[in-house]
Amino acid sequence: MERKTVKITIDGRLLEVEEGNTILQAGRQFGIHIPTLCYMEHLTPYGGCRICVVEISQDGGKPFVDTACTYEVKDGLVVQTQTPRIIRARKMLAELLVASAPNVKIAQDIAARMGLLKVRFPMEDNRCVLCGLCIRMCYEQMDGKALGFAGRGTGRKVSMPFNTRSETCRLCRGCDYVCPGVIVPCHGVKEPGELCGRCVRLDDMPYCCPEGTFGCFCDKNPL
Amino acid sequence: MRKIKTASDLEKWRQDIIKKQKRDEIVVSVCGGTGCHAYGCKKVRDQFAKAIKKNGFMDKKIRLRFTGCRGFCERGPIVTIQPQGVFYQRVQEKDVDLIVSETINQGKIIDRLLYEDPNTKRKIDSEKEIPFYKAQHRLVLGKNGLIEPTKIEDYIGVGGYQSLTKALFEMKPEEIIEEIKTSGLRGRGGAGFPTGKKWEDCRKAQGNMKYLICNCDEGDPGAYMDRSLLEGNPHSVLEGMIIGAYAIGGSHGYIYVRHEYPLACKNAEIAIKQARRAGLLGKDILGSGFDFDIEIAKGGGAFVCGESTALISSIEGRVGEPRSKQIHTVTRGLWGKPTNLNNVETWANVPLIIEKGSKWFASIGTEKSKGTKIFSLVGKVKNTGLVEVPMGITLNEIIFGIGGGAKNGRQIKAVQTGGPSGGCIPASLFDLPVDFDSLTQVGSMMGSGGMIVMDEGTCMVDVAKYFVHFLEEESCGKCLPCREGLKRMGQILDGITEGRGDEETLMLLEDLSQVVGDTSLCGLGKTAPNPVLSALRYFRPEFEAHIYQKKCPAGVCTSLIQYSISEDCTGCGACAKVCPMKAIEGEKKQIHRILTELCSKCGSCKDVCKSNAVIVQ
Repeated sequence: MERKTVKITIDGRLLEVEEGNTILQAGRQFGIHIPTLCYMEHLTPYGGCRICVVEISQDGGKPFVDTACTYEVKDGLVVQTQTPRIIRARKMLAELLVASAPNVKIAQDIAARMGLLKVRFPMEDNRCVLCGLCIRMCYEQMDGKALGFAGRGTGRKVSMPFNTRSETCRLCRGCDYVCPGVIVPCHGVKEPGELCGRCVRLDDMPYCCPEGTFGCFCDKNPL
Repeated sequence: MRKIKTASDLEKWRQDIIKKQKRDEIVVSVCGGTGCHAYGCKKVRDQFAKAIKKNGFMDKKIRLRFTGCRGFCERGPIVTIQPQGVFYQRVQEKDVDLIVSETINQGKIIDRLLYEDPNTKRKIDSEKEIPFYKAQHRLVLGKNGLIEPTKIEDYIGVGGYQSLTKALFEMKPEEIIEEIKTSGLRGRGGAGFPTGKKWEDCRKAQGNMKYLICNCDEGDPGAYMDRSLLEGNPHSVLEGMIIGAYAIGGSHGYIYVRHEYPLACKNAEIAIKQARRAGLLGKDILGSGFDFDIEIAKGGGAFVCGESTALISSIEGRVGEPRSKQIHTVTRGLWGKPTNLNNVETWANVPLIIEKGSKWFASIGTEKSKGTKIFSLVGKVKNTGLVEVPMGITLNEIIFGIGGGAKNGRQIKAVQTGGPSGGCIPASLFDLPVDFDSLTQVGSMMGSGGMIVMDEGTCMVDVAKYFVHFLEEESCGKCLPCREGLKRMGQILDGITEGRGDEETLMLLEDLSQVVGDTSLCGLGKTAPNPVLSALRYFRPEFEAHIYQKKCPAGVCTSLIQYSISEDCTGCGACAKVCPMKAIEGEKKQIHRILTELCSKCGSCKDVCKSNAVIVQ
């Protein structure tokens, strides 16, 4: 059966995309890079990290900001992924993220990608970025329902109900597998306030990551 | 109670009720609103019941009515006596016997309990003459004083459920929607979305089951109009919902109310039960063949659950967290079905529009904002309470006309509208007409209708800090900009009020505020920077004073002020007595001195000083 397609514009390029795709999926199919943190293929889009924000306008209306991972394509959408507004927003989000979790590799990677040179907030050392991947993995893929968010606002954390291992947890370690917080930055644990960003200074450090084993965003492993 | 099966049954019941009410010669109404409850109105009511029984008014029939909120909360508990229409304020338990023997028995008015106009010093004996009520246009709240919320008979007696019969038997669903559309009614929850358009979209949405929700999850600091409406006149909300359900094709409704509003929960529950027993809810309403029922969903009291998608997820039994709103709730809402969600006040406006027509409704208000709006006027004004005014009235009229201006002869500096999502409007803009669009233009918003008046003793940095911390705590934590961004904004504002701010932090604050507003997931985060941005826009010199001179002009931020005693000191020693830190020393009749190192800057000395000798710098 033939699928219906819609025509959208991303960064000035007219694309024909199958219906039901999100802007993020459409962008990736055509090699347009939109950075993400809480998104993973085959898990429900969550829209929590907001790193993938893009500017969307519809029928010539005023452009608004929404996340590419949750917004489904529609005929006539005009999407901008690199406007000054978006770049500024992503940079600020990256700063917030890396200030709260400097020892999580993905936070450092996103900060490097956004060209962040300095963090203006007091540094913390959280290990969890509250992306919710583990919870969705457990619930959607493993049918475990053993994890969930507890608390509200700044007190939010990932927890098993009542802080005990649930009977539905089969110790499959799917949560561990998807967790970005367990991967420390390439060159080990950072001092408070230190930014990694070696991958963007490859000229300075030609042997930063010769084998691509650290999996930074550079050519071998786009985020 | 009767079971009503047809529209004529309802009319007959109404006539019987009116006939019965005419037999009461005197009606004593005690206000039972939230404010008056705090003043002890329950005791006053009980005392009245006792006194009336004791005096045994055999020749006169007296009805004691425990009404909903009358609005003038500053002066509670309020008691009115009909048919004279006497309006007594600040009635205490001990005054009751006097009222019964003087006013009820002999028809004499007790001067001491009347309202006194602070400007003219004239005693006013009727409600209509009081300046607080005079400038108001009480369409929705007006019936609160005439009915007892737990009695359906009272509501039917004042013409309740007439609009429902009109809607069910004289109008088609499309006509009702058209009527609401031409009336120009906009959502009273804050955003001001056209109600008729929402209903139309929901009616057109595909689905075998459609839900209606009444949003009574009011959580703004200083706002209490939704609860007062649901407490004082729950049947008007029910009637609005039934009409809405008929127009949309809805089959089930929820009233989402937070459990911290026990009286609202109770009164709404009683109202639903009564309406069900009378045949106004349930199967085959008034014999029209239309089925609709309402139940109450109690919320845990999270501020974010006022957001529609978070509210829906809370009703479904999940954590109250918003989701992306590309697909609106009118297409896919509660349990994945089309859902129409409106605020309490919006629903309560519906019967009025159906009864009096859309043209009448559209004649009130401004070009784009129609009808009236209830505001809770609180803060540093003389008359606090619930006010209902037509849209387009200026802030001056509300604050100085109805509110009576500032207390203690101070200057009013600003008004905060729209709660934590709104902004501060400076006194220089008080000519502004109050409607949805003009408030948004100046960087604030209508919100659900909180209005906090601030005078010169309020520090705007401190206000911004308060609201940011409030939202930080109430944020659900799902999205990064709201969770982390608000935390950082709070830290920066803490720093500024403690004298650690510099130019860079101010720029960072502004930058961060804009990004948080731009990228957050739901309305809470999107509007969260408004208090900060509006304070920066209109009160930047205050921020700069905190940063460069390390001074708080209003004398609020404790890290930046110092207390001292001037030469006006008479040496009475009152300050030394109240000082909790024993930080004031001095001989009798000599000028006293504050030991700065011991002073906790509580301000008690300033409050007790009669010669204004305590200075804050």
